[in-house]
Amino acid sequence: MYTLLLIVLPALAALLTLGLGGRPGHARQIALAGALAELIVAVVVWTQFDPAQGFQFGFAFDWIASAGISFSAGIDGISMLLIVLTTFLVPLIVLSTFGHSYSKEASFYALILFMESALVGVFVATDAFLFYLFFEAALIPVYFLAAIWGGENRIRITFKFFLYTLFGSLFMLVALVYLYFQTPGQHSSALTALYALNLSPAAQGWVFWAFFLAFAIKMPVFPFHTWQPDTYTESPTPATMLLAGIMLKMGVYGLIRLLLPIAPVGLAEWGWVAIVLSVTGIVYGSIIAIQQRDMKRLIAYSSFAHVGLMAAGVFSNTLNGLQGALIQMLAHGINVVGLFFIVEIIFSRTKTRYLDHLGGITQRTPHLTVYFMILLLGSVALPLTSGFVGEFLLLAGVFEHNPWLGAVAGLTIILGAVYMLRMFQKAMFGPRSQAAETFRDLSLSERAVLVPLVIMVFWIGLYPATFLKLTEPAVSQLLRIVNG
Amino acid sequence: MYPIVLLSVLGIVVLFLGFMKSKSVLLPATLLFLVLALASNFIDWNQGKVLYFYEMLAVNNLTLAFNAIVLVSAFMIVAMTRGFQDQEEAQPAEYYGIMLFSLVGAFMIIGYEHLIMLFVGIEILSVSMYILTGSDKSNLRSNEAALKYFLMGAFATGIMLFGIALLYGATGSFNLTDIQSYVSIQGRGVSYILYAGLLLLLIGMLFKVSAAPFHFWTPDVYDGAPTIFTTFMSTIVKTAGFAAIFRLLSHSFTPIYSFWWITLAAITVLTLLVGNIIAVYQNSFKRMLAYSSISHAGYLLIAVTSLSPQTENAILFYSLAYSIATISAFGVLMLVSKKKALEGQVDESYAAFNGLAAQNPLLAFVLAVSMLSLAGIPLTAGFWGKFFVFGSAVERGLVWMLVVAVLMSAVGIYYYFRAIIAAYLKEGDIGKIRIAPFYRIILVVATAMTILFGLAPGIFEKLL
Repeated sequence: MYTLLLIVLPALAALLTLGLGGRPGHARQIALAGALAELIVAVVVWTQFDPAQGFQFGFAFDWIASAGISFSAGIDGISMLLIVLTTFLVPLIVLSTFGHSYSKEASFYALILFMESALVGVFVATDAFLFYLFFEAALIPVYFLAAIWGGENRIRITFKFFLYTLFGSLFMLVALVYLYFQTPGQHSSALTALYALNLSPAAQGWVFWAFFLAFAIKMPVFPFHTWQPDTYTESPTPATMLLAGIMLKMGVYGLIRLLLPIAPVGLAEWGWVAIVLSVTGIVYGSIIAIQQRDMKRLIAYSSFAHVGLMAAGVFSNTLNGLQGALIQMLAHGINVVGLFFIVEIIFSRTKTRYLDHLGGITQRTPHLTVYFMILLLGSVALPLTSGFVGEFLLLAGVFEHNPWLGAVAGLTIILGAVYMLRMFQKAMFGPRSQAAETFRDLSLSERAVLVPLVIMVFWIGLYPATFLKLTEPAVSQLLRIVNG
Repeated sequence: MYPIVLLSVLGIVVLFLGFMKSKSVLLPATLLFLVLALASNFIDWNQGKVLYFYEMLAVNNLTLAFNAIVLVSAFMIVAMTRGFQDQEEAQPAEYYGIMLFSLVGAFMIIGYEHLIMLFVGIEILSVSMYILTGSDKSNLRSNEAALKYFLMGAFATGIMLFGIALLYGATGSFNLTDIQSYVSIQGRGVSYILYAGLLLLLIGMLFKVSAAPFHFWTPDVYDGAPTIFTTFMSTIVKTAGFAAIFRLLSHSFTPIYSFWWITLAAITVLTLLVGNIIAVYQNSFKRMLAYSSISHAGYLLIAVTSLSPQTENAILFYSLAYSIATISAFGVLMLVSKKKALEGQVDESYAAFNGLAAQNPLLAFVLAVSMLSLAGIPLTAGFWGKFFVFGSAVERGLVWMLVVAVLMSAVGIYYYFRAIIAAYLKEGDIGKIRIAPFYRIILVVATAMTILFGLAPGIFEKLL
């Protein structure tokens, strides 16, 4: 029943926040307490979790009994990793807002917690329709977060984002309904029942593309990324963190959980197109990132490039590729949240994110500089930091699949270093700009956010085995299903 | 059967109550009568198929469930009339009486066993609607709408009667079961007169549920009629109409499925395209809802066209979800436009909702949930409605139709979300809107039902 608790707890905390968060400052404390409680539950689950055992702590209720649709969920290694990511990041995201006061606070924090509930739901669902339900439900809170508290063009941009991603997931719905009716006898929408289907190659091709479209838009994979940079830039930073840090992983998770095992023949036939698109996205995103002057936009494009590599790793259908994608999901979530937070810190003090107006911040801020540098190096995959392990495995996976594509994907490391270091140099070094004149170093609450992130950067970089061992049995099991 | 008798009598009682000085008794009386009708409806529950009125009317659990949906919708709508107290020239007794009579028509076409019963039922329903559409006598648009509806409706009725006559000519009977046995014996070898008759009859019925290309009256009539009666039309007439179409096709014409499904499929796709695409271009919220009602006719037609074992449930659930959401959407619109009207401007556009959430969080929430449900977003009843409809299409192997429907629901999200955006994200000065307590209860209950059925659609199955 731990699983149910994990899903319900944030939603309850959200209701509590709405109910009691009337006075200014209260809402954030209740939200933080709720998010921390969720983290504690997640850690307890983690300590009792046995990677070798498949789905654990599960539950199943009849939902539409006559139709074989059940409200069932459980945790395996892959889910566990993403739960760790989600429950670890959300308290930090809440904490990161402490320096900023938002209008209609109670609703703001409640939406973050509702979002957490839906995200956890996606990662633990073992029924295809339940998965779909949470997948969509996660979209609504973040849409409102971005559309109410976002920047100037928020209404138009978030609307595009909403329509675009919903459009994609409708195709997933078609595929799921189709698959559901292919299950024998009394139909069932349990994931295991869908895995067991024997679909014709043609049908698998259609299913592959339907799933691909849904998840490729969510992640996003080239050329479905046009909503992403604008949305990331216009959203308030906590929403951007949720989008880039966690929601993007829903797409990758969907690929692993649904697309691979349900349409292996489709993958064998069409996987190359998907990999080529993903790899194109890596190079394309990196090159555009080099040109950016707005720091938030730059990180948005870097995120687009990184997720391309994750997708390529998943489509390579190798143990290395999948393991790499999983650990990179964790690492990327941590890095990108940290980087967006640092941009927010700089923006809150200088009122600008434009690299041209910044410079010379280091001279006044030794602490900020160090944290920024560590997160940045994690993002460019320097050995001993979090990014390295994931990217190495991912590249190995893609290389196993096709050496040429592996070589092109490898550009990500070089290009990543170029845009990231350029950003660091322009913002932090150089002559002291006007904007940096009165720059304060980190406050206590800001440090409280960055320290855990930096610890994780080193943990993943120095001892990735903690996480790799967590997911390995589940991934091998999955590959056995895929490769029959 | 019982609600038919009961409401026929009680409708007359309501008319006589109108002679009393105090009009305030009318609303509670009408609501009480509706509750009585709902209770009497379930006398026949679980009795299997029972025939009444010289075998002209059949009753089984399915028809009773449709009756119940119609009655619940009617209850909510009547409760929202607030006794028509703020309309100057209103004649509440007549309105309530006509509403009750029209429900009798609805029950007849839900359970007809005989084509004459279908015809009479449709006429009762339609004539009531013509009158109610034109009830705002001093309003030019209301008059125009009534005339338009009447002319077009009379024409459609003529076509339908022609169809019934041809069916009689071909089969020698008005009875659905007789027609069914004739068709199943003859198979595809039935006479061409039957084909023509079926098509004409279908056209007449599709007109009533505003399927394209027979939808041209819908936007003007929905727009011109007083909003409360628009709500009545778009929920009750639609639910009953689909029950009737489904009954006709599933009961009598399954053996020649291969003949009519192509026609119906074409109409379905056309309806989906017309309803959704034109709705995008509307600036008036009320007109948008008119086109949205066309598009929902399209989704319901998917279920009818596929005619699989799922269809029954799909139509039931979809009508329920659609009716509740539509009632709450119109309910919010009425409050907002009334407030605007008091300030001297008639405004039924999206912009009327600007800034609604700031001072009227409840209304904004009700509007948002109803829009989400109509758009078919998960965790609302509308999602499961679409889900069951899509399921029935896949069961029949009509995946291509599903793809059209899915594309069109993506379009639908666009225009439904414009209302949510206006309410939550746009700036505007509406001011606090006073809501009568009973009205508030109806809105809250409708919203709660939408969410409840969205979370646990299984409840609905248990109810059946």
